[in-house]
Amino acid sequence: MASIPILEERQAQIHQKGSQPFEMDCGKHSLAGSVSQRACVFCGSRVVLYPIADALHLIHGPIGCAAYTWDIRGALSSGPELHRMSFSTDLRERDVIFGGEKKLAAALDELIDQYKPKAAFVYSTCIVGIIGDDVAAVCRQVEKAKGIPVLPVHSEGFKGTKKDGYKAACDAMAKLVGTGATDKIAPVSINILGEFNIGGEAWLIKKYYEEMGVEVVSIMTGDGRVDEIRRSHGAALNVVQCSGALTFLAEMMEETYGIPYIRASYFGIEDMATALYDVAAHFNDHAEVMARTRAIVRREVGAIMPELERIRKDLDGKRAAVYVGGAFKAFSLIKALRHLGMRVVLVGSQTGNASDYATLQDMCEDGTVILDDANPLELSKYIIEKRADLFIGGVKERPIAFKMGIGFCDHNHERKMPLAGFAGMLQFAREVHTSVTSPVWQFVPARAAAMAAGEETP
Amino acid sequence: MLLRHTPTEIKERSALTVNPAKTCQPIGAMYAALGIHGCLPHSHGSQGCYAYHRSALTRHYKEPVVAATSAFTEGASVFGGQANLVQAIDNIFTVYNPDVIAVHTTCLSETIGDDVPQIFAKAKADGKVPEGKYVLHASTPSYVGSHVTGFANMTKAMVDYFAESNGRRAKTVNLIPGYVEPSDMTEIRRIAELMGVPTIMFPDTAKVLNGPLTGKYRMFPEGGVTIEELKKSGSSVGTIAMGRTASMPAARALDAKCKVPCEILGLPLGLHGTDAFVDTLRRMAGVSVPAALNLERGQLVDSISDWHQYLYGKRVALVGDPDQVLALTRFLVALDMQPVHIITGTPAGKKYEKSLREAVAGVPADVNIKVPGDMLLFHQWIKNAPVDLIIGNTYAKYIAKDEDTPLIRYGFPIYDRLGHSYFATMGYRGALRLLEKLLDAILDRKDRDADDIDMELVM
Repeated sequence: MASIPILEERQAQIHQKGSQPFEMDCGKHSLAGSVSQRACVFCGSRVVLYPIADALHLIHGPIGCAAYTWDIRGALSSGPELHRMSFSTDLRERDVIFGGEKKLAAALDELIDQYKPKAAFVYSTCIVGIIGDDVAAVCRQVEKAKGIPVLPVHSEGFKGTKKDGYKAACDAMAKLVGTGATDKIAPVSINILGEFNIGGEAWLIKKYYEEMGVEVVSIMTGDGRVDEIRRSHGAALNVVQCSGALTFLAEMMEETYGIPYIRASYFGIEDMATALYDVAAHFNDHAEVMARTRAIVRREVGAIMPELERIRKDLDGKRAAVYVGGAFKAFSLIKALRHLGMRVVLVGSQTGNASDYATLQDMCEDGTVILDDANPLELSKYIIEKRADLFIGGVKERPIAFKMGIGFCDHNHERKMPLAGFAGMLQFAREVHTSVTSPVWQFVPARAAAMAAGEETP
Repeated sequence: MLLRHTPTEIKERSALTVNPAKTCQPIGAMYAALGIHGCLPHSHGSQGCYAYHRSALTRHYKEPVVAATSAFTEGASVFGGQANLVQAIDNIFTVYNPDVIAVHTTCLSETIGDDVPQIFAKAKADGKVPEGKYVLHASTPSYVGSHVTGFANMTKAMVDYFAESNGRRAKTVNLIPGYVEPSDMTEIRRIAELMGVPTIMFPDTAKVLNGPLTGKYRMFPEGGVTIEELKKSGSSVGTIAMGRTASMPAARALDAKCKVPCEILGLPLGLHGTDAFVDTLRRMAGVSVPAALNLERGQLVDSISDWHQYLYGKRVALVGDPDQVLALTRFLVALDMQPVHIITGTPAGKKYEKSLREAVAGVPADVNIKVPGDMLLFHQWIKNAPVDLIIGNTYAKYIAKDEDTPLIRYGFPIYDRLGHSYFATMGYRGALRLLEKLLDAILDRKDRDADDIDMELVM
């Protein structure tokens, strides 16, 4: 189906629904020489742990790893802002030759004295794995001296994919879980896992649960606090969002503390409502929880429907392309876009697995292009071919969309407004509407020509 | 109080950098490589590096930034990255079909000791580099230098790989513009054109990272220096290197390799900086300065005279890349302003620091200089000795907000404003724009703070 060159090894990562038997060859390491949109292990760990605002985050490595992750995700904190600073051992050539352990110990010593954090996370980068610094030993030694948890995060960039970084982050957090007091925690209580409070989303969601009468013991990790994580094993249920950034931790907590977990997504009306109802159903011996949940959903949906209806009139029949990190988010987006009357003509993810792609296949209509670990050339080709009006992606995809003269919505960490929750659905609709119907697209040469020829209306 | 965790008391720090005023070499190498026409930068390391570099450059330019990666795994890190790089070269020419692949190394591939020239030889022997296609590489371990030296190394690699001398001297002058914006490169070229001097500029990111909206996605945009031009650079009459840190290594290499004499200047920023460039270009090419350029200079001097009373004595804190910081310091001093806190994150050396101290020798105030320093120290200095104005990249906006001090965004990265891609700060015109920015910042603040009775219409 392709007129652009696609390597044989990648052929099985691109499908068009209905045109051939579907078996996505996913979960592979990107090919050398690929212009993939993916990142590394360190990136995975960093995004998961970074929102813990009263912890020290020290990056043990050359300056780049610290510089590129300095305050780039708007994970909001209601209190301390320590997570927005950038701390690095800034390894130099002589450290690479003689080892960086002494420097690391000295840096931790100075930082902990200065900032008195509740805990410290020490991230290993590629170079640390190669020169063989014993980061865990340094952490143990400092922990003993300072009396706070000092946790190594084994996030050497080359040791796998971003998912392995999630796992390394969960391993580090697992050492905190179970170290705090759990008395006074109500029986109807949850932890929210995999929600990072971008644009204040965790606050929205927490409010819904609290209104239902459910105590939120901890949010991992949006607006996160060390002490909350330490007592999170006292919750009755873990609610895990996303394609699995924190699934590892939920599994570990189930095994160690017998806390069951359910999956949730907070994007779009159906998924948001389901996320609340599922929790209410779990606590079904408390009938009032379900009653309150119904009331909340009725009220919230009622509040956004009139404007959604108006927006839908403009967007009805428009076409969307979706390329996101985790496939789970794609499911929600497809449903949310359907609510706006839009058709998804391309969908892909960086890290989806076989069952994710099977689900995507079921959700999509015939002709939809489904991609795993795509490059910009493929994305642009199918977007043009499928005449998409909107592209939903992250930072690297935004200018590609704009170059092609179509609307864009950042559903990654550069969103500035909460897109989760019921109120977030309305925000999402407004963002999509603003971008898709922007008058700027009439100036795109191809469209201007089409309009002049009467083939397209603005 | 966004930066509530910045202590006012300054303690000596032995082992760490807080809030860096620099980043690592590979991103500079990637930026330089994007200034070659039809070039795909390639990161020889693990997958995260290039994802971060592409994201950072995308945020700064609001343009698609492409690059490829060797996508190191644990296996490659143990057995070396040769197989990855050879496969990458094959895949890249097959799928993306660039004219050139510019490989830069990372801390990972440097430390495991990959020998890139040897891997290139293998790739060529295996027929993986098609006829008429090119590869080049620069060694850019992240634990040495900064993004600026990474840029310098990739620029030098363009000379090492391509420049050749055909024994004759052409009339062209080589211009190495340094780690400046696409808009600056366009402006430097415009000045040379005004003077009627044919030039070869490398790298040249104009029209690569500030291209138009066309309705099409182009992986390899229009701009960039061509390999043909790079080859011919060895036959030019001379080279002007702008900015010692970013441009000197390439100019020296061209001198050594092809006997092209070079002049190492500061950036053509501000009155003196641009004068030095124009004068050097005039002498090197044997031309005279045209009236049009004299007019631009005259207008700049005229504007400075019109507004000088608002600039006099204003205290400025300045953080950025070494060549920019030095040129800006000189310009500020020429405007009778007082640069009092000066930091660059790049380890630019003793000689650089000496130039900076000479530039502020006449400033009647205590001047703090740190090479290399970070933005925590910068903030602490400002807390201890407040200023009227801060000049720095986007990260400086937190300091500006906390200290309620006007900010002029300048340098890399700028993630939150339009301008740097399109409006140059080099040349006389660029200096005029800088002057406008300085005055806007100072006078907007003056108006904002004025009592009703002191509010003045005419300034």
